[in-house]
Formats: sequence, C-alpha cells, structure tokens
Amino acid sequence: MPTPTSEGQGDLCLTNVTKRFGDFTAVDDLSLTIPQGSFFALLGASGCGKTTTLRMVAGLERPTAGTISIGEEDITEAKPYARPVNTVFQNYALFPHMTVLDNVAFGLKRRKVADATKTAKEGLELVELGHLAGRKPAQLSGGQQQRVALARALVNHPAVLLLDEPLGALDLKLRRQMQLELKKIQEEVGLTFVHVTHDQEEAMTMADTIAVMNAGVIEQLGHPTELYERPASTFVANFLGQSNLLAGEISDRVGGDLVVQVGGHKLALPGDRSTRQDGKVWLGVRPEKLRIGLAGGADGAGRNHLDGVVLDASFTGVSTQYLVRLAWGQAITVVAQNDGSALLRDGDQVQVSWVPQHGFALDAAQDAFAGAQRVGDDDTPVPALGGAR
Amino acid sequence: MSAIGSLGGAGGRTKTAPDRPEKRRLTPYWLLVPGMAWLLIFFVVPMVFLGSQSLQTGSFEDGTKLTWNFSIYWETLRGYWPHYARSIGFAALATIAALLIGYPLAYMIAHKSGRWKNILLVLVIAPFFTSFLIRTLAWKTILSSGGPVVWFFQQTHLTDLLQWLHLTDKDTLLATPFAVIAGLTYNFLPFMVLPLYASLDRLDHRLLEAAGDLYSRPFTAFRRVTLPLSMPGVVAGTLLTFIPAAGDYINSVLLGNTRSTMIGQVIDGQFLRVLDYPQAATMSFILLIIILAIVMTYVRRSGTEELV
Ligand SMILES: Nc1ncnc2c1ncn2[C@@H]1O[C@H](COP(=O)(O)OP(=O)(O)OP(=O)(O)O)[C@@H](O)[C@H]1O
Ligand SMILES: [Mg+2]
Repeated sequence: MPTPTSEGQGDLCLTNVTKRFGDFTAVDDLSLTIPQGSFFALLGASGCGKTTTLRMVAGLERPTAGTISIGEEDITEAKPYARPVNTVFQNYALFPHMTVLDNVAFGLKRRKVADATKTAKEGLELVELGHLAGRKPAQLSGGQQQRVALARALVNHPAVLLLDEPLGALDLKLRRQMQLELKKIQEEVGLTFVHVTHDQEEAMTMADTIAVMNAGVIEQLGHPTELYERPASTFVANFLGQSNLLAGEISDRVGGDLVVQVGGHKLALPGDRSTRQDGKVWLGVRPEKLRIGLAGGADGAGRNHLDGVVLDASFTGVSTQYLVRLAWGQAITVVAQNDGSALLRDGDQVQVSWVPQHGFALDAAQDAFAGAQRVGDDDTPVPALGGAR
Repeated sequence: MSAIGSLGGAGGRTKTAPDRPEKRRLTPYWLLVPGMAWLLIFFVVPMVFLGSQSLQTGSFEDGTKLTWNFSIYWETLRGYWPHYARSIGFAALATIAALLIGYPLAYMIAHKSGRWKNILLVLVIAPFFTSFLIRTLAWKTILSSGGPVVWFFQQTHLTDLLQWLHLTDKDTLLATPFAVIAGLTYNFLPFMVLPLYASLDRLDHRLLEAAGDLYSRPFTAFRRVTLPLSMPGVVAGTLLTFIPAAGDYINSVLLGNTRSTMIGQVIDGQFLRVLDYPQAATMSFILLIIILAIVMTYVRRSGTEELV
C-alpha cells in the first residue's frame, strides 16, 4: 500500500463544535471522539447537520466555535488541501474531463507521490474496476462511479475518510453489496471511516460505533446493539427501529427492579434500565421482544403481561406484524416469528408478554413521537402510539 | 456540399417509392432544406461569385472578363503582406487581451455575483444598444491627448513601455497601433465574455471542493479543473473575437494611422473607392484562406473534441 500519511495519527476529536448559518444553528455544541481505525456512523434524519459536521472536518466549512483535531494536531483552521482527510462526496464529484484512472490518481499526483499511476491502478483493483481505468466517469453506472469516488479517496490513505451517504443513489441490492464491500475494505486498510447515513440498517450493519444525531446535537453514541437495546431517548428509541412506548409511573422498588404502573397494571423493569428512578416515565419495549398468545393461555412466570385485542395482522413471510389494542385504547406493535404457531385473527382476545430485562424506561418529559417514522397510509395509526397521549 | 447532393438524390427517390417508412426516414432531410437553401444563396453563391471575380481582368468602366488571372493572388500577397500580418497580429493581441479581461469577468459573473448576475450580464451586452461606429468614435475622446487616460499612462510610464513595444509613438495614444488594438478588444469583448460565462456557469462548484479535498491549492484546482472544463468557452470566445477582429477596419480607420492600416481597410478602399473589384475580391479571398487556416490549426491544437 502507499506510504501512509497517517503516521502517528490518532483519534478524530470534535470539541464543542458549533456551526451557525445566520441565526440558524445547524450544529450545536457538538463534542465527539472517534477512535483511530474505527468505523463510525453518523445517523440522523434529513437536515440534522450531518453533512455540515463532515464538511467542517474536511475543512469545507468553518466552525463558528469549537475545535477539531486529529491526534495531537489541531486542524480547525487548516485549509482543506492541508488536511489528512479525504471525502467521498454524496454526489461523487468525479472530474468529468478525466479518465477514471486520472481521477483516482489526482490526489496522489498533487501530493507528488512516486508511482502515482501504479498506486491508482492498485486502488482501482481494490474496488474491482481495474478494467474500466480508461473510461470517463459519464460512461460508468452509478454504482461504478461510487466505487471510483471511493477509490479516489482511499488511495491517499488519509487519517480519516469521510463518507457522505455514498450509497444513497444505489438500489437496495447493490447497496447491501456495497455495504459489505465497504466494511471489508475498511477492515483491510484499517483507516478511520466516518460514514454519514440516514439509513439505520446501514449504520447498524457497518459501524462499530453509531452516533444518533438530532437537530444539531448527538442524542446517543455507542455500539449498535447498545443503542438498539438501551436507547437513551425517545428519539433514538423511535429512530433506530421501532419502539412501543407506554405511559407509566414508577410506584415501587422491589430488590433491583422498579415497579411501573401502566394503565392499572404493575410491570417490572430492572432499575439500571431506566433513566430515572421515580416519577412518570415512558416504558419502552421493542415489537419483536413481545410474545403474543390467546388470552388465558399459560405463559411463563416472571414476565410482564398485558391484555388486548388484535386490531390488524399483516403476514410478511418470516414474521407476522400485529397491531394490538390495549385496555386503555393504545395500539402497540408486536412482531411474531413465523415459528409454525397458528395465526391470530383480527378481533382475537390476546395476551402480550415480555421479559422485564427487555424493557427500558425513559423520562416522560420527552416527546413520545420524536424520531418516529411517518407511516404512508392515513388509517394506520403511528405504530404503537395511538392514544398514548 | 455533400449534404446538398444527397438531398437531391433523396428527393428523387420519394417520387418513385412513396411508401410511408421511406417518407419518415426522409423527414430530417426535408427539415434541412430551408437551412441549406440559406447557405446556398447567402454563402456559396457569393463565394463563387467572389472567386470568379478575383480571376477577372478589366476595369470598372469597360467591364471585366474572366481570364483566370491567377497571378493576381501572388502579386497581392507580395504587395500587401504587411497589411495581412498586421491584421492577424492586431487581432491576435486583441483576442489575448479580451481573454485576459474576459475570463476573470466571466468567472466573477458566473460564480461570485449572486443576485447581481442578470444585471451584470445585461451590462456586458449593453454597448450593443449603441452603434459600433459611435462606440468606436467615443474611444477617440477617451484616448485623446490631454485626456485622463494619456495622463495616467504617462504618470505610470506605461507610455514608455508601449513605445518600446512599437505600439505607440511619442507620448500619444490616439492614432497608434495601441489604440487600434484597444478598440478591437473593447468592441469584441462581449463575444469573448458570453461563451466563457456559459461554460463557467455550468461548472459544478462541488468539483472545486473535491479538488481542494484532494490536496489542490486554489491555483492548482483552477489549472486542473476549472480551466480544462471551461476550454470549450475559451475556444468559442477566442474564435468569435479573433475572426471578426481580423477582418475589421472601422477601428483601424478611426483609431489608427497610416502605418497601422489593416487589410479590411484596404479591401474597403479597393471595393468602394478605387472600384477595382478583382483586386478587392482577391484580397478578401486571401484573408478568408488565412483565417480559415489559422482557425483550423488552432481548433485542432486545442483539441476541443476531447473535452466533455
Ligand atoms: N450554506 C448553508 N446556509 C444556510 N443553511 C444551511 C447551509 N448548509 C446547511 N444549512 C442548513 O443546516 C441544516 C443541516 O444541513 P446538513 O446539510 O448538514 O443536513 P444533513 O444532516 O446532511 O441532511 P441530509 O440527510 O438531508 O443530507 C439544514 O437545515 C440546512 O438547511
Ligand atoms: Mg447531507
């Protein structure tokens, strides 16, 4: 591989970074440390400041306040061309007047690296495009252009590689394939990848660490499983997968467990899975953690139980998604594995249950709808939340 | 010419085989008829006429006769080569000056002007609202001795530089080659700016960000990305400036002196005052061939077909 420019480089650190456009704050007092060699995903809804954050790291935008550093070196004021950072742009931004090979060699030649062409060829081989080296970008498919953009950034061996939704334009199949390829390449070259996306599945399959961003601030940061199993805010609970959020109040404490009163039911929750130890909370549980059965059926002890009526059942093959109305009118979503048990029908009286360890509780002051995906057709209530307020 | 030939042939076939698909295939050719007729009447016919006239002998009063007098070409070249050289030289200098002034201007309008863009574009073509002649006459006042421009040039010793370059005499600017070149530059500047603007306006700013991200300083990004991508505009602009400037005579008449006469001025005199039509036609034809040769070499060398 080419001589790394990343010798002795370290972690990428953003400290209290703020970016304002006029009086609009796009990024608000953001602090973040991305360890060297990690695959970091920045996840968030459209317009939450992801691109702005990347552009500040790349030097294409100046932070209004705060500092950015790589290892020991403060790069806040450094010009883009002087930073050991390369970007794979959202729109690829390939140079239309150059061949694919010249595009890939561009950065190497500017840095006067010996054997620029040879290194560029190796870079193209890495993304399996060696045979198209002589073409112009306009003669490539979208997926091929994307790989050229990736190769053009990768060959420079930057300390940090920034990827701004590089898979956004691809169809689902190519996208899955490219995700795996990107992950493989990252493991091979061992660079720090900062990957921006608004596709939560993409973030979870690829990244070691995910930061969920909302309105210019980071809501939560952690390993994908941690974020999924223990969301720290309603935004994360809804944005990363789906959540059923039940309005409740902590009434008691039994050993390590909290007792949460929800619609007259006492539900248990391990104390360390709640962000507060008393007062009103949202009790959350993921749809696939719920077990559903006909009312009156025997169910394991030590589980939380709620009764309800099936409102809607949609069979999707591997699983069935039920919409269940609880006693107080709220509808919750249950995803049941298709393990051969009989399908339930609309109107069936059912009991849903879950293990206390699968629940989580969040401060009730937060908006239960924050980060929830909009559902296309109007007659379906927003999943799991109908009547919760 | 070959297109006209094939058109005639195609027309003949329609009559003999009037089936539908055939007709549809010919539609594009029929649509070419008005354009081709235009070219034939206003370009080819005058060309042939001019060509034949240049080979005639006789006088305006007694009438002329086609005598295939090719020697006139040789004699004209020998007699008037300084005028041709001056025309090409002045036009080339004016084109270079227009490019140097026009490129930054077009770049600024395309990328930095924000909401002033349309106003600036109108200002670029605003001079066309008055006549070419009037505008050139205005330069007489601008460059007149005792005027502010001359004063400025004297203060900055630019007059010395121009004199050293043999573009002016003594401390005047008017009636010098410099004035002619300045006039040409001014008059044809919009033809340089507009094509440059068109190609710079299409330039995606994000490509420059990508170049910066890939270790290019602003100047390198300009040389490697902006300039190559604006080459079609540069080629179009230089051609649109050079070609009319080489044949122009108003500027040399109004702003020049007897030693800065351009060939256009001589042709004008031969046609309208001396009334020696064969001589004038020969001169025009030679100018045409020289310009054509220069343009073809230039276009080939600049390799526009390789650009996107
Ligand atoms: N140059 C600018 N001037 C003014 N506002 C801007 C500018 N750039 C971005 N913004 C605003 O900052 C906010 C964040 O923009 P940004 O491009 O970072 O969003 P994003 O998270 O990348 O969204 P997406 O997923 O749609 O790409 C947006 O509300 C946007 O309108
Ligand atoms: Mg973006």
